[in-house]
Amino acid sequence: MALIQETDYGTPFRIIDTTVTLEIDGRPVTVPAGTSIMRAAVGLGIQVPKLCATDSVEPFGSCRLCLVEIDGRRGTPASCTTPAEAGMKVRTSSPKLSRMRRGVMELYISDHPLDCLTCAANGNCELQDMAGVVGLREVRYGYEGANHLKSEKDQSNPYFTFDASKCIVCSRCVRACEEVQGTFALTIQGRGFASVVSAGGKNFLESECVSCGACVQACPTATLMEKSVIEKGQGEHSVITTCAYCGVGCTFKAEMQGNEVVRMLPYKDGMANHGHSCVKGRFSWGYATHPDRILKPMIRAKITDPWREVTWEEAIGHAASEFQRIQAEYGRDSIGGITSSRCTDEETYLVQKMIRAAFGNNNVDTCARVCHSPTGYGLKTTLGTSAGTQHFDSVEQADVIMVIGANPTDAHPVFASHMKRRLREGARLIVVDPRRTDLVRTPHVKADYHLPLRPGTNVAVINAMAHVVVTEGLVDEPYVKERCDMAAFDGWRKFVAEERNSPEAVEEITGVPAGDLRAAARLYATGGNAAIYYGLGVTEHSQGSTMVMGMANLAMATGNIGKLGAGISPLRGQNNVQGSCDMGSFPHEFSGYRHVSDDATRHLFEAAWQVPLQGDPGLRISNMIDAAIDGTFKGMYIQGEDIVQSDPNTKHLTKGMAAMECVVVQDLFLNETASYAHVFLPGSSFLEKDGTFINAERRIGRVRKAIPPKAGLADWEITMKLSEALGYPMPYKHPSEIMDEIARLTPTFAGVSYELLDRVGSVQWPCNEKAPLGTPVMHIGGFVRGKGRFMITEFIPTDERTTDRFPLVLTTGRILSQYNVGAQTRRTENNVWHHEDVLEIHPFDAENRGINENDLVALTSREGEITLHARISERMQPGVVYTTFHHAITGANVVTTEFSDWATGCPEYKVTAVQVRPTKKLSEWQQHYRETRRRTTQIMSETGAGD
Amino acid sequence: MKAEDMVHNANQIALFFASYPHDEALAGVADHIQKFWERRMRQQLEEYVAQGGGGLHELVLEAVKQLRERPAA
Repeated sequence: MALIQETDYGTPFRIIDTTVTLEIDGRPVTVPAGTSIMRAAVGLGIQVPKLCATDSVEPFGSCRLCLVEIDGRRGTPASCTTPAEAGMKVRTSSPKLSRMRRGVMELYISDHPLDCLTCAANGNCELQDMAGVVGLREVRYGYEGANHLKSEKDQSNPYFTFDASKCIVCSRCVRACEEVQGTFALTIQGRGFASVVSAGGKNFLESECVSCGACVQACPTATLMEKSVIEKGQGEHSVITTCAYCGVGCTFKAEMQGNEVVRMLPYKDGMANHGHSCVKGRFSWGYATHPDRILKPMIRAKITDPWREVTWEEAIGHAASEFQRIQAEYGRDSIGGITSSRCTDEETYLVQKMIRAAFGNNNVDTCARVCHSPTGYGLKTTLGTSAGTQHFDSVEQADVIMVIGANPTDAHPVFASHMKRRLREGARLIVVDPRRTDLVRTPHVKADYHLPLRPGTNVAVINAMAHVVVTEGLVDEPYVKERCDMAAFDGWRKFVAEERNSPEAVEEITGVPAGDLRAAARLYATGGNAAIYYGLGVTEHSQGSTMVMGMANLAMATGNIGKLGAGISPLRGQNNVQGSCDMGSFPHEFSGYRHVSDDATRHLFEAAWQVPLQGDPGLRISNMIDAAIDGTFKGMYIQGEDIVQSDPNTKHLTKGMAAMECVVVQDLFLNETASYAHVFLPGSSFLEKDGTFINAERRIGRVRKAIPPKAGLADWEITMKLSEALGYPMPYKHPSEIMDEIARLTPTFAGVSYELLDRVGSVQWPCNEKAPLGTPVMHIGGFVRGKGRFMITEFIPTDERTTDRFPLVLTTGRILSQYNVGAQTRRTENNVWHHEDVLEIHPFDAENRGINENDLVALTSREGEITLHARISERMQPGVVYTTFHHAITGANVVTTEFSDWATGCPEYKVTAVQVRPTKKLSEWQQHYRETRRRTTQIMSETGAGD
Repeated sequence: MKAEDMVHNANQIALFFASYPHDEALAGVADHIQKFWERRMRQQLEEYVAQGGGGLHELVLEAVKQLRERPAA
């Protein structure tokens, strides 16, 4: 293994059909028209000296190092800004060019610290490299003149420093912030000698910087430098792997010193991120070595006992014997388990296999239950497959982008940057969201239409858009006739055309001005390629599945499925939530979304697994909890999920958890669910194992082991041990063997193997004989289910109603710097941006209640009450309040209800009727939590005392 | 599951399919319950219907009857 140094081509790749042939240093080269001379030279292996150019940003032509000579041209043009032309004859070196370059370098070095040996960039500094390349031997100007060497170092950001004394003002950081990230937080302040990089006149922490790391990556010197590199030095080898945060699934290079990560760098060949990153993937990996990690297995008889550290053998043996005892006493269906969307495909596949084959039932579920299960149901029903239709790059061809119930700049930042780039190029934007999310107005991006609907009225809005399409003659009739079930279409057309579905008729319900809605619908239907991107604001409703079907209806009616630039794409929350669903983690489906009642499929698995399997659906998570309260469900194996913090109605949930006789939690930390566990099995982070994750675009990416499992076993090995102890051995030697089995048993994965992934980087399923390198865009030429099926989507208001007692609607979500239940990000420096959950409330609602900024307020619903600080925000509409669920002590889910999607049971997190009032104390639940949490997480010391 | 929650969940399914012609709606409700409800939940629903099925949507009552006559999945 060695440190992977990617080639910097100097300027971006041009996707143009026509090519030009030129000659550089006497050698012919053919490149796409529009390619810079610099990039064309790199194609020949010629590195033209450069400082201000890098291939992630457009050329700038300021450093004057990359000068070349061109036959028949006057002067020495910059090779970065000069496009290659047919017949050009270029020279990249000559005595004259050498003199000029040395002269430029002399000027740079005359105002640069000469501390190379002690500099953090030593060995990885382009300025140092260029001094060597141009043969700099002296600086005739001396070092005594005016300079910037005493400039103050900004260390405010927790992850990187800005040392202005080392800045050469090449603007790469400024351009990366603009072009790659799209935040425009940086600028060049001043002119001439006084020019300096500035974060808007503030320090980095207080500025608009989102810490994506693009500037640090672009910096050719040590001006912007990771603190981890300053502390530890450069890495000596790299491991290419996939990020374990959101569903974008960015590819990273883990730069290592032995078994220690020095830094994570986004990988340019990563097809989901193309070399970009966000604060979480780039910097927030410190949790993997946090002292809170539990590294020894533990057991206890009662959840009120302290934990006792034991050997792996004892812990596994205890868990297995308890599960066997429970089944003997209460029946085969009295236990179940939950697979993890943070673990690998191979690990989730093994958990569901163990539950179906060793437990002998289908009581397996996964966290997609509480996020995108309606996506699976809705898209399978209408289109035929439970996944998004597009690859991320498709957004580059979109003319109209409609974002519904999603906040990508916070939750899927790398894709948001990709999307914003397309918007800056001129694509039109419709945002459907109760909140004025950042995307509605962000630098150089302004939504054409923001439809600020009332929470819970999605279906009424989508039906009204469809009404406009149908009644104004905007249906793509030839497309529908050729590709869709006409009987279903006719029924749907008649339904949406009814006057009660018109924008005017639903305006009072939705709160969306009819004129805006009509205009947005017309834009979507007639603006060219129209793409829908959506999030949990669609799915986490009592009509989540209905809304997914409603969006599919609209996309089909306008011919916007089955081509580049269009489609319907869920932005999935967790890194492997798509994969965990694909792997058969739902109680009614085997891998590849095949129902357990399908005899042919079940027999296939029975033959492969050598065990009879149930043909009846098992329990969903919420059903398991209900059954636990009823006394018929007594044991649970939970891999890498924290349902006590993430799932709704905490009091109901914990009542069920406490009623069980054996709960086994496998995790990195003693999470909230572990408070109700009897066995704790220490899991492994994504850095500690091999496997694959599948992102929101169905892309299967490799996870590669960078360090050994800190507790000794990878998660797949733990599941194997448990299964063996239950009498059902699954003797895999490596996760690649598990993937081979998945490929054998799952038609959409038939062509997938580690050999393929290592060879091509990543593939998107379906990957099989028909599509050996995967399928970026689905439903081209026809739908997976045959004919596209329009579904009638009647708007049915939620039963969670506001009243005088609970007049406000609470909607919950997440923010950029924290992730899900916060188990990972709370154990990083990200807390500097978000150390507590706060309640966002509109000034009008705050004033009515006498609430000021940062006041402690009580948030009360029919289910419970919590206390948190108020943040007064005009992002909210009056009548709607918002909070996050990242911090356990807040207990956001104490107030959420059990209302859920009618089809899938996905909780209605987005609509809870609440009241808010000023308070002076923690809620009763929070006080109880503080008292009990310490007790339930005690670990017995070697002397036997609770510690 | 509390009976009132079960009734609510079953009725939600019926309300979605109620937009379709009766036979299609009935098949939709019955299929959904058979495909997604676990044995204990179906049993609870059947027993509730046997005791009168108070509060259940007509489509659910009919679907339970139809499921009783269907062979097991």
